[in-house]
Amino acid sequence: MKISPEEVAKVAKLSRLDLPQDKLELFAGQLGDILDYMDKLGELDTENVEPMFSPVKHTTVLRKDEVRKEYSREEVLSNAPKQDGQFFIVPRIV
Amino acid sequence: MSDLYMKTLSEMAGLLQSGEVKVAEAVKDCLSRIEATEPQVKALITVMGEEAMKEAETLDAAGPDANKPLWGVPIVLKDLLATKGTKTTCASKILEDFVPFYDGTAVAKLKEAGAVIIGKSNMDEFAMGSSTENSAFMQTANPWDTDRVPGGSSGGSGATVAAGQCYAALGTDTGGSIRLPASFCGIVGLKPTYGRVSRFGLIAYGSSLDQIGPMTRSVEDSARVLQVIAGHDPKDSTSVDVEVPDYLAALGREDLNGVTIGLPEEYWGEGLDTEVEEACKAAVAKMEALGAKTVPVKLSLTDYAIATYYIIAMAEASSNLSRFDGVRFGHRNKDAEELVDMYTSSRTEGFGDEVQRRIIMGTYVLSSGYYDAYYNKAAKVRRLLREDFDKAFEQCDLIAGPVCPTTAFKAGDKADPLQMYLMDIFTISCNLAGLPGMSLPVGLGKDSGMPVGLQFMGPAFCEDKMLSIAECLERHLDPMPMAAL
Repeated sequence: MKISPEEVAKVAKLSRLDLPQDKLELFAGQLGDILDYMDKLGELDTENVEPMFSPVKHTTVLRKDEVRKEYSREEVLSNAPKQDGQFFIVPRIV
Repeated sequence: MSDLYMKTLSEMAGLLQSGEVKVAEAVKDCLSRIEATEPQVKALITVMGEEAMKEAETLDAAGPDANKPLWGVPIVLKDLLATKGTKTTCASKILEDFVPFYDGTAVAKLKEAGAVIIGKSNMDEFAMGSSTENSAFMQTANPWDTDRVPGGSSGGSGATVAAGQCYAALGTDTGGSIRLPASFCGIVGLKPTYGRVSRFGLIAYGSSLDQIGPMTRSVEDSARVLQVIAGHDPKDSTSVDVEVPDYLAALGREDLNGVTIGLPEEYWGEGLDTEVEEACKAAVAKMEALGAKTVPVKLSLTDYAIATYYIIAMAEASSNLSRFDGVRFGHRNKDAEELVDMYTSSRTEGFGDEVQRRIIMGTYVLSSGYYDAYYNKAAKVRRLLREDFDKAFEQCDLIAGPVCPTTAFKAGDKADPLQMYLMDIFTISCNLAGLPGMSLPVGLGKDSGMPVGLQFMGPAFCEDKMLSIAECLERHLDPMPMAAL
């Protein structure tokens, strides 16, 4: 399956990535080859097969509804590129 | 005592418990070994010399503790396991300065067992790769031949153990990332059943595939480390509440009578290098001589495993890596003037090529027009692959085959991503099915002189049986030498 540099750019934008033209062209060729390879799954009849998303059966795990403080605000903010001791700071939206 | 680094973890744990070796001596010896070998091998992103010596002094002052099975043993962690107060980078620029304020569960368990963490190992960025060439910081070399790769993505963990820099390392295995570097570096690598070891504190790549496991110089060492890190963890909803058996008690069997080993024809045919085939077949013949029966089994969907794996892994990666937006942690572009530009420029600067490629691919296969054709289809094939294994295990206790069609290749040899993905052909199905697998070194390739690993795969939660069979075989093979560095 062929994928164009324009399609790669569109998906990259959805992924919040901004790639230069040479990389878009490189990725388009590589992703086309990978998709060609992946298309071999079409050979298998899976019409009545239930998809398996995880090897274990997930159940909804709810902890007790109790207030607890495992980490301090200082800890939670400690890796933020920008913070004011109270909140994460990001560029203005409006 | 000289050459402490040549000891196995089990030997060192015994020497430390008996007081024959002080923890400070063991740590110093490892740090000296790191100093001597690291310029060639480049296995470690962070060396925790000061912290490790401080911890050694504390342990020595308190004295040996028989209730702590890894008391004083120096251990290395793959750099995607969260370590409180120590950088955890995932070998990525985007997490270059990230210092977690908590320990992952496996890390906390090692510390509770008395282990001394001496470093964080290099890896493919976010565990995406099969060679440890994709790190943002450096390429790790194979201690057996520094022109060759150590395998990936836990290549730093494999190389640090093979180079004698520590007594064990933790790696993670999403599609073979423990078993491949173990095979390439001539050590034992165990990928436990999905859910056996908590993933809390493991920075996720493919959440339904990732599993933490030990990389060691003997099977007994693997059993010791697994004993410590295995078990249910309420902090991880994918951790399974199944009793942990006594792995050490399972070791020491005299022979392999009553054991049936399945040999999948898909793993032993065309495309396998002669030297790998010869070494693996010799090991299987040894198992037969020890009393094991071998039977042919069919894993007929093996050819579809790589496509299935990469669709699922990339889809999960694109979702998992969306958390890196420059808001709460990680790299942020300093010039961005509005929010979306900040997300985009931070991610574009922070992620390397392979990570970007997989994020784009993952987003593509999850997009509305392609979800059914790719992701949903792959999830269905995944179930068929699991059923394939279930049928095979009706005929045998374990499956045996090579870990990889070749021994370690030269750095730069696999420049094409698809060519690199094909290296995982024998390891990937195991992750899709959530089953345990391990690599046992069975000798050196006749042509390359590089280590060859034999892979075992088994039914879910059969690690005790797998370790016991592998340890019996290990005892009857010629001892694996250490890499001559």
